[in-house]
Amino acid sequence: MTKKIEQTAAPAAPYIPKKEDFVLLEHRDIHTDANFASQSYWKGVITHFFKNRRAVVGLVIITVILLLAVFGPVLNAYGYRDIVQYRNEKNKRVVAKGIAPQIPVLHRILTGEELEGNFAGYTFLFGTDDLGRDLWTRTWYGARVSLLIAFVTIIIDMIIGMSYGLISGYFGGIVDQLMQRFVEIANSVPRLVIVSVLAIFMPKGMGLVIVALLLTEWIGMSKIARAEMLKIKEQEYVLASRTLGARNGHIIFKEILPNTIGPIITQVMFSIPTAIFTEAFLSFVGVGIVLPQCSVGTLIEDGFNNITTLPYQILPPIFVLALLMLGFNFIGDGLREALAPKLEDM
Amino acid sequence: MTKYILKRLGMALLTLLIITFLLFLLVRIMPGNPFPSERMSDEQIANKRAEMGLDDPILTQFIRYMGNVLHGDFGKGTSLYNGAPIKTVLSTAISNSFRIGGMAILLGTAVGLLLGITAALNRGKFLDGFCTVFSILGVCVPSYVFLIFLQYTFSFKIPFFPYFFDNTRFAFSAVIPSISLSLFTMSTIARFTRNEMVEVFDSDYVRLAESKGMYGRDLVMKHVLRNALIPIVTVLAPLVVDLLTGALVVEKIYGINGIGKLMVDAIAGEGIDYNYVLALGILYSALYIGIMLLVDLLYGVLDPRIRVSAKGEEA
Amino acid sequence: MSETSKTILDIRNLDISFKTNAGTVHAIRGVNIDLRKGETVAIVGESGSGKSVTMKAAMGLLDSNAVINSGEIFYTYTDESGREQTVDLLKLPKKQLRQHFNGQRIAMVFQDPMTSLDPTMPIGRQIMEGMFLHKNMSLPDARARAIELLNLVGIPDAEKRFKNYPHQLSGGMRQRVVIAIALSADPDILICDEPTTALDVTIQARILELIMDIQKKMKLSVIYITHDLGVVAKVADFVDVMYAGKIVEVGNVNEIFYDPKHPYTWGLLSAMPDLDTADDRLYSIPGSPPNLLHEPRGDAFAARNQFALAIDEKAEPPLFQVSRTHYAATWLLHPDAPKIELPQELQQRLARARKEVEKYL
Repeated sequence: MTKKIEQTAAPAAPYIPKKEDFVLLEHRDIHTDANFASQSYWKGVITHFFKNRRAVVGLVIITVILLLAVFGPVLNAYGYRDIVQYRNEKNKRVVAKGIAPQIPVLHRILTGEELEGNFAGYTFLFGTDDLGRDLWTRTWYGARVSLLIAFVTIIIDMIIGMSYGLISGYFGGIVDQLMQRFVEIANSVPRLVIVSVLAIFMPKGMGLVIVALLLTEWIGMSKIARAEMLKIKEQEYVLASRTLGARNGHIIFKEILPNTIGPIITQVMFSIPTAIFTEAFLSFVGVGIVLPQCSVGTLIEDGFNNITTLPYQILPPIFVLALLMLGFNFIGDGLREALAPKLEDM
Repeated sequence: MTKYILKRLGMALLTLLIITFLLFLLVRIMPGNPFPSERMSDEQIANKRAEMGLDDPILTQFIRYMGNVLHGDFGKGTSLYNGAPIKTVLSTAISNSFRIGGMAILLGTAVGLLLGITAALNRGKFLDGFCTVFSILGVCVPSYVFLIFLQYTFSFKIPFFPYFFDNTRFAFSAVIPSISLSLFTMSTIARFTRNEMVEVFDSDYVRLAESKGMYGRDLVMKHVLRNALIPIVTVLAPLVVDLLTGALVVEKIYGINGIGKLMVDAIAGEGIDYNYVLALGILYSALYIGIMLLVDLLYGVLDPRIRVSAKGEEA
Repeated sequence: MSETSKTILDIRNLDISFKTNAGTVHAIRGVNIDLRKGETVAIVGESGSGKSVTMKAAMGLLDSNAVINSGEIFYTYTDESGREQTVDLLKLPKKQLRQHFNGQRIAMVFQDPMTSLDPTMPIGRQIMEGMFLHKNMSLPDARARAIELLNLVGIPDAEKRFKNYPHQLSGGMRQRVVIAIALSADPDILICDEPTTALDVTIQARILELIMDIQKKMKLSVIYITHDLGVVAKVADFVDVMYAGKIVEVGNVNEIFYDPKHPYTWGLLSAMPDLDTADDRLYSIPGSPPNLLHEPRGDAFAARNQFALAIDEKAEPPLFQVSRTHYAATWLLHPDAPKIELPQELQQRLARARKEVEKYL
């Protein structure tokens, strides 16, 4: 409908009414609302989301990093734990230790000279580390590990948190009281303390990171789910299905779940960067991912250990971490605004 | 009001007690030799256990432990610092961490507020954009990355500040870690302040104040700032927690003998030091719960809506 | 309602747009409104018709994304030396507007009393602020006057309430406080933006009576912004019916209720709920107001108008004069227009609205 009107909106000479203009317009449907016609809720949310420049930037960043995390490591021949090396004429091992980022083709074009050194013909986009491993491969492999940990834990947390919150909110009364007391206590234990206790019982590694995240991140989700539940609970359609004899389980999962999904997804978008942050932090401290596995956290630690000799090594994982944080936060913000748009943005 | 405070205080203490007990339980049920640093026969160990009361019922042990803790006695480390009393090690660590953390919070809050207020008053202009970019950066990059960057630039490339923390030159060596730690606080507070102020500026009551004839500084001071700043108290608690977490890595990297580094040493070293884990667990939980309580009470004092309803409870 | 009273507020040709993310919204498209001393004008229309924006412009309260394309708002007052002055409020710098006009000469009562009071300041202080700003009153004087105002707006226990925070008062009480604030610096003009919409029915009538009472006592000129024709019938001398950023019909209250000319006014009158007759369904005007992101073509109401003419889709109707005070912007008033026989149902509804209104006239 918009196009037609815009074309005629141009200022025209005042129209001189003719006699034949004064006839009633018959057989028109004035009851169809052209402004709000057939715009579904989710369609509105999506349109709004994509109108938000930041949200789109976030989406692009995350998509690119996801693609690179999946395909990045196979784009060259080196494995994430392979040491790049060859045997020279004298059958001595030559290892590509600590080579700064180099692209031979680009170097030739820019300077007109060939690269020098034992690995002149090799392309190392991000360079190699002190052991001679390709950092491009390691960076994307590490990003893959970090993302995987984040996604897995947050999805499990979402399920736990939502069930907990929805049940607590739905039943109310004493059940709610008890469940909320538990949340209060659980929420009063700092994450660090949980990690330190876990470190007593569990070997260091991916498992510890995942359990630590599982034990903490569900709380936020449960609070949102409960709040949404309390809001929706008293609305007519829930009341209606209850009067019609629907069972509790049915009401929670069929009627209410679809309505809480929006805020929960938003929360997920904010929890994923928290999880990535936590993983990086734990791995850096030394209770997370262990060698020769790598994640964004261990890569930053490696880079830090070599910072005086190979200062370029720390940059790729830091940028990946920062961009992941940025991307997910932008998407989260965008979703939040799209789900509850303010009038002025419409 | 007093009743309200007492009630909150009681709740906080109860929560802390429950958490402490759980921690104690978890740490004590760990199997294995509690004296790894000493070489003893099985019989000797059994004697020692009995002597230390490790065979008593867990509740008795807990009450004894809590009695000691109340006197500041956390026992001795099992592997760290050659079994020096935890109390001594901890007091130095707390002093270091609190001074640096305190500086970071003060710096972060002061600059953050300034930035946020300036941005809100210049909404849509350059300063506003700068504040947004700055706060995004501060939230997306962990504090230890800033530390690494500052350390590399100002201690290694330009050797101005010490490369590692030096207790004899405290103020000088605290500069880099405090700044790194403050950036997250700074950016969060800046963003929050800016958004709160903008929201208050758009509120009906500011419209009403304007319709009364208020404008400029008067309007900001009397109606906007007060309403915008009260909610900022609520972000302080999570910020302190983030600071504690961040301090873990910052202290490790910069070689600061603080509670963060102690925690890392206790859990990430070769053997885990149970007694330190327990002591630090209690300390961190107490800190966290204490700050949440403080924020709650502060909010109650600042916000008349809560202040008055708390009074109502009393009546 | 003397014929000789002077025009105190004169809105001429006001045209305002808003810059939004989606584009420019042309919200006010040439509005003229007259307010004479001591009289009450009601601006009626659906939400989004631009009623509030028009009056916010007069108060200098437009959002920052608003652009005033053209128009004047002349305000005539007697200054300190007793001379008569006329200023264009739109041309004044904001500082001067706030210092000398807002609150002191033109005050406003907002729609939602739940959100329009500062939650962190006792209501007494909020009432006294205007006195400090404009009257240089001492604290004891201001306090006495504030308590007097609280009594005037009918708040019991004014002394005690003086120190209360807004959340300790009910919605109706809060709206009384808002009115007290508006009166605090003795204004000439009171703008009431849907003053009773957010309140429940029993309170509505009392607040309206309060405003009318005060209007008589303080010789105020009042502008009501409302979508409720029941309110209009009760309080107004003149009515401006607004649609899509334009005044489509203007007249005195008798003309609007007994001889409405614009199909939109018919719709509004028909939509008045009444409690006496048992109607099987509530009438509402079909559709919704046009999105002013796109400049409407022809008559903006045509798409929802049962009696639309072919010309309505081609050209915008001018204001046709019906009587000395009555104008309407509809092609139906053109000499060439066909005679419309109002359907039985509509006639009944209009008659019912009239009956409802007769209670007040």
